[in-house]
Amino acid sequence: MSRPVLTAAAGIAVVVALLPLGYLLIRVTEAGLDRAAAELLTARVGRLAATSLALAAVVTLACTVLGVGSAFLVTRTDLPAARLFAVLAALPLAVPTYIAAFAWVSAVDDFTGFWPSALVLTLCSYPYVFLPVAAALHRADPAQEDVARSLGHHPWRTFRGVTLPQLRPAIAGGALLVALYVLSDFGAVALLRTDTFTRAVFTAFDLGFDLTGALLLSTVLVALTTVLLIGESLTRRRGARYARLGAGARRPHVRIPLGGRRWPAALMLMVAAALALGVPALNLSRRLAAGVSRPGSLTEIATAAGNSLTVSAAGAVLTMLLALPIGLLVARASGPLAAVVERLSYLTHALPGVVIGLSLVFFGVHVAYPLYQTRWLLTLAYAALFLPLAVAAVSAAAAQAPPALDDVARSLGRRPLRVFITITAPLLTPGIAAGAALVFLTCMKELPATLLLRPTGMDTLATELWGHTGVAAYAAAAPYAALLVLLSAVPAWFLAARSGALGPEGNR
Amino acid sequence: MTALTVTAACKTYGAVPVLTDVGLSVAAGSLTAVLGPSGCGKTTLLRCVAGLERLDAGQIRVADSVVEGPGTHVPAHRRRVALVPQEGALFPHLSVADNVGYGLDRAQRRSGRIEEVLVLVGLEGYQRRMPHQLSGGQQQRVALARALAPRPRLVLLDEPFSALDAGLRASLRQDVRQALRRDGATAVLVTHDQAEALSLADHVVVMRAGRVVQDGPPTEVYATPTDHWVARFVGDAVLLTGVVRAGHAHTAIGAAPVHADADGEVTVLLRPEQVRITPIGTPTAGQVTGRVLRHDFHGHDTLTVVRLADGTEVQSRRLNDGPVPATGDAVQVSVRGPVRTWPAGPQPRDAGDPAPSRRAGAGHA
Repeated sequence: MSRPVLTAAAGIAVVVALLPLGYLLIRVTEAGLDRAAAELLTARVGRLAATSLALAAVVTLACTVLGVGSAFLVTRTDLPAARLFAVLAALPLAVPTYIAAFAWVSAVDDFTGFWPSALVLTLCSYPYVFLPVAAALHRADPAQEDVARSLGHHPWRTFRGVTLPQLRPAIAGGALLVALYVLSDFGAVALLRTDTFTRAVFTAFDLGFDLTGALLLSTVLVALTTVLLIGESLTRRRGARYARLGAGARRPHVRIPLGGRRWPAALMLMVAAALALGVPALNLSRRLAAGVSRPGSLTEIATAAGNSLTVSAAGAVLTMLLALPIGLLVARASGPLAAVVERLSYLTHALPGVVIGLSLVFFGVHVAYPLYQTRWLLTLAYAALFLPLAVAAVSAAAAQAPPALDDVARSLGRRPLRVFITITAPLLTPGIAAGAALVFLTCMKELPATLLLRPTGMDTLATELWGHTGVAAYAAAAPYAALLVLLSAVPAWFLAARSGALGPEGNR
Repeated sequence: MTALTVTAACKTYGAVPVLTDVGLSVAAGSLTAVLGPSGCGKTTLLRCVAGLERLDAGQIRVADSVVEGPGTHVPAHRRRVALVPQEGALFPHLSVADNVGYGLDRAQRRSGRIEEVLVLVGLEGYQRRMPHQLSGGQQQRVALARALAPRPRLVLLDEPFSALDAGLRASLRQDVRQALRRDGATAVLVTHDQAEALSLADHVVVMRAGRVVQDGPPTEVYATPTDHWVARFVGDAVLLTGVVRAGHAHTAIGAAPVHADADGEVTVLLRPEQVRITPIGTPTAGQVTGRVLRHDFHGHDTLTVVRLADGTEVQSRRLNDGPVPATGDAVQVSVRGPVRTWPAGPQPRDAGDPAPSRRAGAGHA
């Protein structure tokens, strides 16, 4: 693809992605300063902010400890069944927080409030730390650790002094993902009745029909997440320093013997897996065994599953189409323009699903009415929400196909289109497939934007589940939850295997 | 016949001129080296010849057809100019045979050309290997075979040896030259390594800051460089002031015949192998003498630095076929000509110090 075409396509993609944010800004400006002050300078907003931030802090800390600890045990020690534990630590990625919350709330009486929310969110999001840290531990150059050992450092001291500093970007990146995730989570806090911003925004819109109030509350959420995003971009820049020098084959890492702590360590990981996966699994299967409660519900389940799959697939396709030019531009063109395009596409990362959903409702009602109440608007919301995931995947994939290969292929007499088909595309495909799987998985699990934007009468697995838990019909909700987890587990497994965290296979 | 002609080529990146009035011609079947320090524009020149970048002004002809000029830009894939980039850039998802056959059509692939070029680069039997199963040197050989396979009008080599270690580099250079000769290919090699350029090429084009400063056979570039900078860039150089009278240059270390014979004050270029040192007991009047300051031992020869009585330092290279004077010993110094001279006066300002791009053991050619 030629540079001007690529730049134009990337520009269009960015505009589409920024539609919700732009619209939010316009509406908030229209509301005026007085209204904003009246709405935001209240004790309730202060309480909401305090709860949201405290929840994010507690969950992030817990996820970091749990994620880094299990990554280290799985990759660097003689833990029994290390590969199994690696899989178990990655799988919670397939359990949406609202399903975990639903499982706990229907299993334990009075399971509501701040600490239950913190527990559920931690169990669901620690893979966000585990996966990048395990991958970084796997990638780290054993030669550096060998040098430290040869200079007389004990294995533990080597880990602290040499390995841990190299992990800092991975840990920081993962922790910030968790923090962003907690701030934007809606399902778990709503089910467990914890008053955070997302819940307040949704309630203001859905129950109070207070549109402007909901939008103004959203801006605080956007501000909080933007601060986190800036932090993330700072660590990302720092991470560039820890590159491994030189090429060539790598030797495996030496595993540290745990000695007498071997089985206690395994037991700890077992407990974490039991809480994160066992409780939902057990609860769902018990509810399922009780039978599907109403006649005709099998058709409903099938319809909802079909809707989930088609809407998520459409979301993944649109997102990847928008991400391709941006990712290629970022990887191929250095310079301020590419950097600006990349930053802009990441901006939507700071917008929780509730906010994106809400601003697209406004956009649909006031600007693009033909789109309102159609699947297209929902697809657009998915694209705006998950574009950053896709852009990251595409630009990482583009690194697999450096421009020098294109130059050589053209110098050998092949037309640009033929070069793209025979060289660029085959090298990009695995990375793009992984990006698509990630977006697809995330679309399947997405709840708040789906609730706000789905056409009336269209239900997905997530919304059906939501509807039933809302009226405490736990048995009716179970089949949707089970199906959703099972369908999500497939792309989750694929992603975990690709990250290299599950072991040396497929990590060339 | 001329395989490549570049005329008055100019290119700027923004306000920075990269190529200024560059001209060169490459004879069919020859290997031409474009030699210059990093940032001199040589890789840009190569990319313009390949059609990967466009010139602002000037003309490029490959064989007899204009591929680049005012109103003309033949795209890279129609030029039949094959590229061998720095790191080889093998297609990682294709086997050796598929890499080499990439530029061939189906009939050519079955004609045995793939096997033929693999034999040429010494990799027969490697058809099924994947690029990651090859060493760095083998990857470069495959990259060369891939470029040769479609019998291009021109093969462009962009610093193809720089990523390899010294021993491998020397042997691969000779193999590459042999493969190019046997296949009758015309090649342009871009390099910053003057030992590589001098030992490999039939013709050397020296570039500095986007301009061609000298163009000639390796021996000519080495013996009669156009200016001080080129003199230092292509080898070890001793520069002394002197006076030319009656075909001889008179310097602090004696007289020597000169290439050109304009009388007057001059700067004299001595290559270390033109400076002879002889151990003596005690200095006597009329002899030019100095003391040995240090040795750089290279195995087959030694570079000796001598400080003269007036403080001038000169270098002398001699084969290690006899006793070597010890550091601090007094030696007699003499010169063997002919020598290269320039009229005394200001020289073109050095565009960057050529010294850092020199390699150990370089300049033995």
